[in-house]
Amino acid sequence: MSAEPRPAHRWIAAARESDAAITDAVVAPILVGVGRGWWIALALTLPFVLLTLVAVAWLFWRGVGVWGINTTVVWGFAIANYVWWIGIGNAGTLISSMLLLTRQHWRASINRFAEAMTLFAVSIAGLFPILHLGRPIYAYWLAPYPNTMGLWPQWRSALVWDFWAIVSYLLFSLLFWYVGLIPDLATMRDRADSRGARLFYGSLALGWRGSARHWRRLGTLHTTLAALAVPLVCSVHSIVGLDFAASLMPGWQESLFPPYFVVGAMYSGFAMVVVLAALVRWGLRLQALITVNHFEVMGRVMLMASLVMGLSYATEWFMAWYGGKPDERRLVAYEFLGDYALLYWAMLACNVVVPQALWLGRLRRSIPAMLAISLVINVGMWLERILITWTTLSHGYAASLWRVFRPTFWDWSFLIGPLGLFAFFFLLFVRVVPAVSMHELRELAHREGAA
Amino acid sequence: MGEMLACFADPHSLVRAARTLRARGHRPLDTFTPYPVEAVEGVLDPRPSRLRWAMLAGGVGAAAFAYLLQWYAAVIDYPLNSGGRPLHSWPVFLLVPFEVGVFAAALAGLLAFLWGTGLPRLHHPLFAVPGFERASQDRFFLLAAAAAPGDGTALRHLLEETGALVVFEVRP
Repeated sequence: MSAEPRPAHRWIAAARESDAAITDAVVAPILVGVGRGWWIALALTLPFVLLTLVAVAWLFWRGVGVWGINTTVVWGFAIANYVWWIGIGNAGTLISSMLLLTRQHWRASINRFAEAMTLFAVSIAGLFPILHLGRPIYAYWLAPYPNTMGLWPQWRSALVWDFWAIVSYLLFSLLFWYVGLIPDLATMRDRADSRGARLFYGSLALGWRGSARHWRRLGTLHTTLAALAVPLVCSVHSIVGLDFAASLMPGWQESLFPPYFVVGAMYSGFAMVVVLAALVRWGLRLQALITVNHFEVMGRVMLMASLVMGLSYATEWFMAWYGGKPDERRLVAYEFLGDYALLYWAMLACNVVVPQALWLGRLRRSIPAMLAISLVINVGMWLERILITWTTLSHGYAASLWRVFRPTFWDWSFLIGPLGLFAFFFLLFVRVVPAVSMHELRELAHREGAA
Repeated sequence: MGEMLACFADPHSLVRAARTLRARGHRPLDTFTPYPVEAVEGVLDPRPSRLRWAMLAGGVGAAAFAYLLQWYAAVIDYPLNSGGRPLHSWPVFLLVPFEVGVFAAALAGLLAFLWGTGLPRLHHPLFAVPGFERASQDRFFLLAAAAAPGDGTALRHLLEETGALVVFEVRP
């Protein structure tokens, strides 16, 4: 695993990338094409899309009994997958907005596809609470509307919180993404050579002309949205943490949960961004725009997040001991030695031990190493979500209710299928929308004197 | 004859030209650039926008509405005693207004942006100017009006002197 050499300029690898060169590099994959590899990748995702559709249809036909859930472990993969996906979804907007507010101009190369990742991941996450309902046909009861039944949603229910958090967050992310996209859509309109493409991009660009007044208002809107996005993202994942923490179960009733979930989300989301950045860079030949330095800084963020995660686990163990409640202490012993002990040790290895390799600058600059560590982190974070659900439910207060969750084929389908669905959406995205923010890169190049 | 659109190769000559024009009594009206050029804003001095106020109003309004809706549903119209919790459970009633409020603020911001910029406007006379499509890629345009109605030629010469690649006359 040899480390890539540092480029001459920190964030743009070519010594002098002109505005035209940046535009060409980003637009080429859409207007010129990315070759056969893209079609092969798209074909590979199709079986997974089909698997998802079949699994959803089968679930709706037969009910939640097709999953491995039982009378005690009433939540299995569905809720764990929901938390995992929304965690990934949170990171895109969080990364983009925090880096915008802190004026980290290097974000220009990664924010667009990180935000797209958010849109797809949150859409997928939003499916799971509906899927796990048991009676999904009544999902619309979560919305307050005047009805002949005289019913209102139960506002004290975690399910209702989730509904509003997901809907608001998804719509907000879509808006945030679109606002940043308008000038690039205008570039696409001006570059497109077919009438269909001109109409498509032209109508989406709303007649953007790049006027000084337009830029000024767009800038105000974009930074204000970013300022709103940070508390929104933290609140959305805090609500997910609250879903657990508001219950009375050992291992869930912890005030640590909301912040711990937010950091976990940032952690898995950054790992996913690294994976996507490596693929986008290679697939769209954007080596000049997504540099090894981008991976380096993302590696530092992940290292910090892994330390916070380790601290969070240690806090859980400490509080279980310090709180003195026998059920809490027994739960921690069960985590280390019980039915899922192997998974728990694996999770600790993936989330806390392996990422310590990121202390080495050589590994942070090696893209294969970063890719491998990021995949390990994503597996580890999924294990964490699944264990949060399983361990507590399998080992509650009453010993007569202790049961173990055994996943079925359909459980695995709901894990693997949506991954393919995500890849499918993402592949379509890179062929339709500029995967990297062109106007921000031009500005970056201009500011840094690279153009 | 009066408004001229000049094309420049880089932001520095654009800003320099706008300053020269202003010093000679012409009016630089607007610029069209592939990315925001901060220095030009000082020359054009656009009025500060009220976009953030619109966002604040939209967000607070929607949040207040969401809170009132919850209160009305849970206390007046459908009181439900769940586990002895108070009907007006204000701490958990804050979650929904926050989420909805942030989204409503964003939506209000988008609407205020469209209102303030006059978008969407899919057709505009400037789009007919040859080469204007490079305003979204790598060229910097300056739209200026002559100091007096008959000064069009003087304005054109001045723009050419300041380094414009091409100068077009724009008819509204």
